[in-house]
Amino acid sequence: MYKIIIENLSIQYSDGTESLRNISLNIRDKAVTVLFGPAGGGKSTLLRCLNRLNDLTEVSNSSGRVLIDGENILDPKTDVIALRRKVGMVFARPVVLPLSIRGNLTYGLELAGETRRSVLDEAVERSLKLAAIWDEVHDRLDDPAIALSGGQQQRICLARVLALQPEIILLDEPTSGLDPISTGKVEAALIELKKEYTVILVPHSVQQAGRTADHAAFFLQGELVEYDEGKKLFTAPKEKRTEDYITGRFG
Amino acid sequence: MKRIFTLNRHLSQRIGFTAITLMAFATVVPIVATIIYILIQGAPSISLEFLTAYPYDGMRAGGILPAIIGTLYLTVGTAIFSVPLGIAAAIYLSEYASDTPLTRTIRIAIINLAGIPSVVYGLFGLGLFVLFLNFGTSILAASLTLSIMTLPIIISTAEESLRSVPQAFRTVSISLGATRWQTIRRIVLKEALPGILTGVILGLERAAGETAPILFTGAAFFLPRLPGSPFDATMALPYHLFVISTQVPEMPIQIQYGTALVLLVFVLSMNLIATFIRSRARARRQW
Ligand SMILES: Nc1ncnc2c1ncn2[C@@H]1O[C@H](COP(=O)(O)OP(=O)(O)O)[C@@H](O)[C@H]1O
Ligand SMILES: [Mg+2]
Repeated sequence: MYKIIIENLSIQYSDGTESLRNISLNIRDKAVTVLFGPAGGGKSTLLRCLNRLNDLTEVSNSSGRVLIDGENILDPKTDVIALRRKVGMVFARPVVLPLSIRGNLTYGLELAGETRRSVLDEAVERSLKLAAIWDEVHDRLDDPAIALSGGQQQRICLARVLALQPEIILLDEPTSGLDPISTGKVEAALIELKKEYTVILVPHSVQQAGRTADHAAFFLQGELVEYDEGKKLFTAPKEKRTEDYITGRFG
Repeated sequence: MKRIFTLNRHLSQRIGFTAITLMAFATVVPIVATIIYILIQGAPSISLEFLTAYPYDGMRAGGILPAIIGTLYLTVGTAIFSVPLGIAAAIYLSEYASDTPLTRTIRIAIINLAGIPSVVYGLFGLGLFVLFLNFGTSILAASLTLSIMTLPIIISTAEESLRSVPQAFRTVSISLGATRWQTIRRIVLKEALPGILTGVILGLERAAGETAPILFTGAAFFLPRLPGSPFDATMALPYHLFVISTQVPEMPIQIQYGTALVLLVFVLSMNLIATFIRSRARARRQW
């Protein structure tokens, strides 16, 4: 039932910033878990911890454990390449690689050693459909992905992650640069995805958090203030600080 | 009062703009004039024989084939050493090296290396390659010397174009399960390639036109045949030009200009290729 178990996680960057302080959080399979709160709360740091993308930045100190399917992924012996295939990530700004649409979709699979054309084609179609963009691009898969609109690019980025058949999908403010219609499409895709995947979303607004959350965690300056079912947390928060934030009485 | 002020501002902008335009012209005029002058003076001596025959009569007649071939050999030889090494160094500096006192020292050394007079490279090459390593006065020694001179240009332009590839591409690629090296090979290098090629060509172009570094390391005054191995000395266009302009009495002036024209075309066409690659890449770039 719990896909990810985070135990007493603390992370400090080498410039001294303490971005996460003693976080413990259990994340459910096949649900959307929303991490929300004001900027600088440590949400991105937590996401980047789950696929070990923090390895690329200067983290001076981390302690605690993160168990995915029972394995502590912070263990130095973890196969990070395999981990990143299993835990996909969509970033705030849609960054398509300078390849064709198809090239973006097959990039990860090719790196994983997949060469069979039929498997690649099947993955392209399946993931584009899941990300609700197949209809818009199926007749121009060999065009450069950069030619698409921002909203389309972001769904390509989502599809690119899905092509790897991950188990967990991390989305860090994936709709922050998108218009409302594109945002709606991405959100609809997420609702569809949670049937099969563990989805962790950092929303770009409290409204989006409310619309999408099965479970929600409120982060404030590196601290997990409150964690509950979305319905409960957004209607009857237990903590004053959570209430202040979701009702907008927060600086 | 206010009106005068705005008038002044427009006037001074006018003056400034005109001055800058004039200065731009002033720098272009001598370059264009040189090219045209060499073209006019050298064109009459260009013929098939001039390009494909050996010199004879104490180099006062015949062609300059050995010098052309020699410069080609030296350019290719320089490329063989400097291109892989230069690109590897640039990849290391841009993608792997963290900002430590050591890497900062390396960068400063590279910048300073680019400022060393070419004759100093020549002497260094003489000491290291010709004498110490015992390669003799040879294509090998000259190519290595030219490589050392060319490396800083290649490294710094290649590093710059690697760095200009957006960081986000690297993050995304890594997040999709790529290793660092796969990311470099499949995304970063591909995007930086036009810039790297431009630097390579500019570096080789400089190598092709230099006299001083090959003077003591590989250039021959006159050879009756083409070099047969990398350990042979060779004639080369810039050195040949120097020789026939200063060392041969009663040298027909057209042959000097003809040789200068061939060298100029050689170097300028490399430059044109570089410009072409750069502009085409810029038009196609997606970020
Ligand atoms: N690479 C980094 N180096 C140093 N400090 C960082 C880095 N990334 C984030 N931080 C700091 O960590 C804290 C949490 O940041 P982040 O995880 O991005 O929060 P959020 O996503 O909730 O806005 C902030 O104070 C931020 O300045
Ligand atoms: Mg963030």
